[in-house]
Amino acid sequence: MATRTASRRAVAWIAGQGWKHLLLLAFGFAMLYPLVWMFTQSFTPNDAVMGRAGEGGFTLDNYLDGWSALGVSFGRFMANSFLVAALSIVGNLVSCTLAAYAFARLEFRLRGPMFALMLATIMLPFHVTVVPQYIVFHQLGLIDTYVPLILPKFLAVESFFVFLMVQFIRGLPRTLDDAAALDGCGQLRTFWSVILPLCLPAIGVTAVFTFIWTWNDFFTPLLYLTSPDKYTAALGLSTFQDATGLTNYGALFAMSVVTLIPVFAVFLVAQKALTRGIATTGLK
Amino acid sequence: MAVVTGAAGAAGPAGPAARDLAAARGRRRTRVAYLFLAPWILGVLGLTLGPMLASLYLSFTDYRLSGAPSWVGLANYQRMFTDDPRFWTSVGVTARYVVLSVPLQLAFALAIAVFLDRGVRGLALYRSVYYLPSLLGSSVAVAVLWRRLFSSDGLVVDLAGTVGIQLSGGWISDPERALDTLLVLNVWTFGSPMVIFLAGLRQIPDELIEAAKVDGAGAVQRFFRVVFPLLTPVVFFNLILQMIGAFQAFTPAYIVSAGTGGPADSTLFYTLYLFQSGFQAFDMGYASAMAWGLFIVIGAVTALNFAASRYWVHYGD
Repeated sequence: MATRTASRRAVAWIAGQGWKHLLLLAFGFAMLYPLVWMFTQSFTPNDAVMGRAGEGGFTLDNYLDGWSALGVSFGRFMANSFLVAALSIVGNLVSCTLAAYAFARLEFRLRGPMFALMLATIMLPFHVTVVPQYIVFHQLGLIDTYVPLILPKFLAVESFFVFLMVQFIRGLPRTLDDAAALDGCGQLRTFWSVILPLCLPAIGVTAVFTFIWTWNDFFTPLLYLTSPDKYTAALGLSTFQDATGLTNYGALFAMSVVTLIPVFAVFLVAQKALTRGIATTGLK
Repeated sequence: MAVVTGAAGAAGPAGPAARDLAAARGRRRTRVAYLFLAPWILGVLGLTLGPMLASLYLSFTDYRLSGAPSWVGLANYQRMFTDDPRFWTSVGVTARYVVLSVPLQLAFALAIAVFLDRGVRGLALYRSVYYLPSLLGSSVAVAVLWRRLFSSDGLVVDLAGTVGIQLSGGWISDPERALDTLLVLNVWTFGSPMVIFLAGLRQIPDELIEAAKVDGAGAVQRFFRVVFPLLTPVVFFNLILQMIGAFQAFTPAYIVSAGTGGPADSTLFYTLYLFQSGFQAFDMGYASAMAWGLFIVIGAVTALNFAASRYWVHYGD
C-alpha cells in the first residue's frame, strides 16, 4: 500500500515538475561527464585500456609521476601561477578602481573622449598590439620575466574592469560624496574611505575574474616565458603534453586536474559573485 | 527679488577674482582627475595606442627582431592576399569557426535559459553547473581533455560504438572533423551567454506573458511573438561579445594540434597562424600586417552587426 502511494506520488511528480528536473539533471550530467571522466582516468593505471569513468582499478601513480615528470616540478608551476595571479589581482584592483573613480565621479576636460576610448579598447583584439609590445619588452630585456604578464594589469589595460567599476560607482548615491566633501575630505580621502568600501562587490568580481583569466591564460606566458622554472601551470601543462605526447595520458590527466583545482575552488566559493558579475556586465 | 539682485551685485565687483578662483579650482580638479587616471593613461598610450601605431608601421616593413625594420611598402599585404595559401586557409578556418560555433552556442544558451527561466526550482544550482564549463573552457587542461575525448581510442568513439555508431577513427586526427571538435568545445561553454539570457528574461514583465496566454497564444507563439522580440537587445549583446571572443580563440587550437594547426592545417586559426608568423618564424612585419587585418575584420563585422541590428533588435517602447 505504502509503495503504491509512493510510486503514484513519483508519477505525479514526474508529470508535474519532475520531468524537467530529470531532463536538466541528465543534461548537466552529460555536460560534466568529460570532466568526471578525466578525473577518474587520472586515478586509473595507464596499462588499463581507456575505459569509461570508474573502470580499471585505482592508483595514485599518475599524480606522483606527473608531478615531477619534467625537470621542474608542477609545484613550482603552480606557485608561479599563484604569484602571477596575485600580482595581477593587485594591479587590476589598484589601476581599475582609480580610473573608474575618475570616470564616474570627477570632472575633467576630455572626459567624454577618454571614456569612449576606454570603451573601444574593451573590444580591441590584443593581437593588434602584441607584436610591438613583444618588441619593446624584448628591447628592454624583459623577456623571460613576469613584467610583461603583470605590468599591463597595473596600467588598467583590461578595461573591462574599469567599465565594470564605473557602472558600479555610478550606482552609488552622490550624496555620500557631497557629505564627505562637506566634512573636508579631498578626492583621495573620498575615494579611499567612502567609495572604495562600498565597491566591495565589484572588487570581488574583479578579483575573481582576474584570477581565473590569469590562471587560464596561455598565450602570454607562451610568448614571454622561456625558462621552465618560470613557467605558469598552463604553460607547464602544455610542455608536459609536448614532452610525453600520447604515451602517458594518466599523468597528463592528473596534472590537468591539478591545474583545474584552483579555478574549480574559486568557482565553488564565488559562484554567486561570478554569475552576478557576468549577468550585469557580460564578462566571460 | 531683492536678494537675487543683491547677490548679483555682490558677485559683480568680485567677478574676475571669483572666476580666477573657479578656474583654479577647475584646474586643480582636472589635475586630481589625471592623477587618478595616470595608470590608465600610461597603459593606453604605452600599451595600446602606441603599439597599434607601431604595428601599423611595422606592417609596411620587413622586420625580424634583429637589425632595423626595412620599408617594403605593401609587400606584406600583397603576400597575404595573393601569395600565401596558408593565410587564406586560416581565414577560412576562423570564419567557419565563428559562423558555425557562435550561433550554435547562442541557440543552446537561449534554449536552456528559456527552459530554466520560469518555475523551475533549484535554478541557482543548474545555472552554476551549466556555467562551470565557461570558466574552464579556455584552459589548457580542458583542451588536453578534448584532444583525448575525440582521439581514435577516446571516449567519444567508445561511447558511439556502444550505441551502435561506428565512427571511423578519431576526429582529432581527421582533417575533415578536427575543427568540429573545437566547435563542440565552444558550444560546451554556452553557460556565460546563458546567464546573461537569464538576467534578460527576468526583466520581461510577467503581465506581458500572462496577457499573451489569456489571448490564447501557445508556448511557441509566446516565445516568438513576445519573449524573443523583447530579448533581442540581449541576443545582440551576446552575439557581439561571443563573436569577438571567437575571432580571438587560440588556446584550444594550439593545444589540440600541438601548435601546428594540423592535421593538414584544418585547425589553423588566424591567431595561431599569426603566432607562428610572428613568434616562431619571427616575421614581425608580416605578423603585424595580419594583426591589422584581424583588427579591420573584427571592426567591420562588429559595424555590420550594429548596422543589421536596426532590422531585428527592438529596444523597449
